[in-house]
Amino acid sequence: MADIGVRNIQKRFGEFVAVHDSSFTIQGGEFFVMLGPSGCGKTTTLRMIAGLEMPTSGQILFDGEDVTSLRASRRDIAFMFQLFALYPHMKVYDNIAFPLRCHGVPRRERRRRVRETAALLRIEHFLHRRVSALAGGDRQRVALGRAIVREPKAFLMDEPLGALDAEMRELMCGELRTLHDRLKATTLYVTHDQLEAMSMADRIIVMNHGVIEQIGTPQEIYDRPRTMFVADFIGSPSMSFLRFEGAVRIGQSSVDIGGAAIEVPELRESCPHGSLALGIRPEQVRFSDASALRGEVFGTEYLGTNQIVTVETGHGQIRARTPSHQRVEPGENVGIECRPDRLVVFDANDGRALASDLYRESPSG
Amino acid sequence: MAEVSLRGVHKRFGEVTAVEGADLDVDDGEFVVLLGPTGAGKTTTLRLIAGLEKPDEGEVRIGGRDVTGDPPAARDLAFVFQQYSLYPHMTARDNLAFPLRAPGRRVEEGRIREKVAEIAGLLQIDHKLDSKATQLSGGEMQRVAIGRALVRDPAAYLMDEPLSSLDAKLRSELRLELKRIHRELGATIVYVTHDQIEAMTMADRIGVLREGRLVQVGAPREIYESPRDVYVASRLGSPAMNLLPGDLLPVEGKPADTATVGVRTEHLTIMRAPAGSGMGTVQRIEHLGDQNHIHLAVGEHTLVALADPMSELRTGDPIDVRLENPLFFDRDGERIAGGPR
Repeated sequence: MADIGVRNIQKRFGEFVAVHDSSFTIQGGEFFVMLGPSGCGKTTTLRMIAGLEMPTSGQILFDGEDVTSLRASRRDIAFMFQLFALYPHMKVYDNIAFPLRCHGVPRRERRRRVRETAALLRIEHFLHRRVSALAGGDRQRVALGRAIVREPKAFLMDEPLGALDAEMRELMCGELRTLHDRLKATTLYVTHDQLEAMSMADRIIVMNHGVIEQIGTPQEIYDRPRTMFVADFIGSPSMSFLRFEGAVRIGQSSVDIGGAAIEVPELRESCPHGSLALGIRPEQVRFSDASALRGEVFGTEYLGTNQIVTVETGHGQIRARTPSHQRVEPGENVGIECRPDRLVVFDANDGRALASDLYRESPSG
Repeated sequence: MAEVSLRGVHKRFGEVTAVEGADLDVDDGEFVVLLGPTGAGKTTTLRLIAGLEKPDEGEVRIGGRDVTGDPPAARDLAFVFQQYSLYPHMTARDNLAFPLRAPGRRVEEGRIREKVAEIAGLLQIDHKLDSKATQLSGGEMQRVAIGRALVRDPAAYLMDEPLSSLDAKLRSELRLELKRIHRELGATIVYVTHDQIEAMTMADRIGVLREGRLVQVGAPREIYESPRDVYVASRLGSPAMNLLPGDLLPVEGKPADTATVGVRTEHLTIMRAPAGSGMGTVQRIEHLGDQNHIHLAVGEHTLVALADPMSELRTGDPIDVRLENPLFFDRDGERIAGGPR
């Protein structure tokens, strides 16, 4: 399976820059997810890799070979858009065999490959049924089969699960990842759904306004966001921000928010007087009467497994993930204590995370 | 505000029974969420309350009065639908004021101004009041749509998936706001959704619907901890409850006629077993940041367990599993034991 290299590509549509000077490499066999809101440039980047758009400048490499000006059909990749695009009147077998037929693969070879694919997806027992007679999940498997039967160099998928309901989406995320573990095919997957990205990706690239915000493993992006945008986009609920004015210096290991000293990972850079923000993940918050940082409970959301409590502090709302047996009522005044080792201090002017000991253990730091 | 009741309500469309013997009492000021998949009868139930459908049998009561034969306009209800239907050429302010200016209502302009300002403040759209509907973002439009129902002071609000066209982030913001508004207004709300998170986080009580029948009605905690049957157990919780054949794993206190054992993902304790032994193996670990979902293969079955991100388990590790707070279901799927005492 191929490495895909993206070297300084840029894409303009008239005055509008859809993708700014971007470079990254997708390793052979990797499940790589491009994540961002609509209009962030992720689909445009995918289309350039596929050969459906020409970059304005820059290069696309497959296994080191420049394919920038090669047509889509010559790039040996398989596409998946919405997974259930099947021919309903055809049998499962013919649906899967269809791409091979288009490429003129001989009948015997075709049969062997369809059988192999069906075995891999565990759908051998209904190869001769009509697609229209299948349940949703089985249809999705057939659609997957049609994409993998060609044994392409890479799979490109653009929001393939977007049209499914939450339950089916969760199920298919599991199936896609399991399949990937068996095939080890280079996969580039585009989505705006952070949960899909977190649950499937080896690495995630987060994009916004045509710019790469961060590249890393799901855990790394979650634990060590490089920007406020990333911190806010990842997690459910996402990171909370306490905003404050002040100055911080190298070596400092606490920040002062409204008179409360909050311990943070030791800072490795200074920031002169300005707007700052402290980023806190919901599971790092505990309620403690002793804490000087206080707020009023705005609402609670019972989730069974646990609950999310939203607290209004005067510096912004904080969300806390707490055990669901802990009773808190709206309007209650609570003290907030944070686990210090994962807190992030951001420069709120440009949204960048300040260097700190948290980032020192980071492989890409 | 007023209470809303259904008494033995049936509704058939030709051969299909959409609602079967619905009995439901929504108290004055209560937030009740009807939860179910497409086709379960939740929207039909709402339309029966609204008077947009007429029941074949049974009675609809609002504020203690039988309204079964009344047209929608005589029932004094306000609606919010999934698709925000604003007047695009009007400002947010005029959209909000519209229901109050309807002929026959005769609300004074001064009173309208006050009411619009109050609701706009509640929904935090005060600063957008002079924008045209078309200049608003999706979230703002939906707030105006909700606000247009809230400016009135009806017997009850009926809401049909009002958040489902919004993105995940906005949805979670508006969930919290709707709950707060409900508290501040003391409004009676009947809310329909297929999203179990909306139901769990907003409802005073949830009514779980299946194929036209109300299977269980209760507080979110009650339904989560003590589901009446396998169906209700499988509808609530993310990730969903593990439902296993009765004899797959050793469990204490299991009744003899147990067919299915249910265990929540947070109630599985996993221990690494010595190589070559163990009840099962780790199949896959999903890193979701705040927590890991560990997928376990036990025999032919897959279980999902929540684990601390610091856990050192790896794919392929042999493991033993201990079940806490299991629920026991019989062959018909009814819960026969387990749950909080």
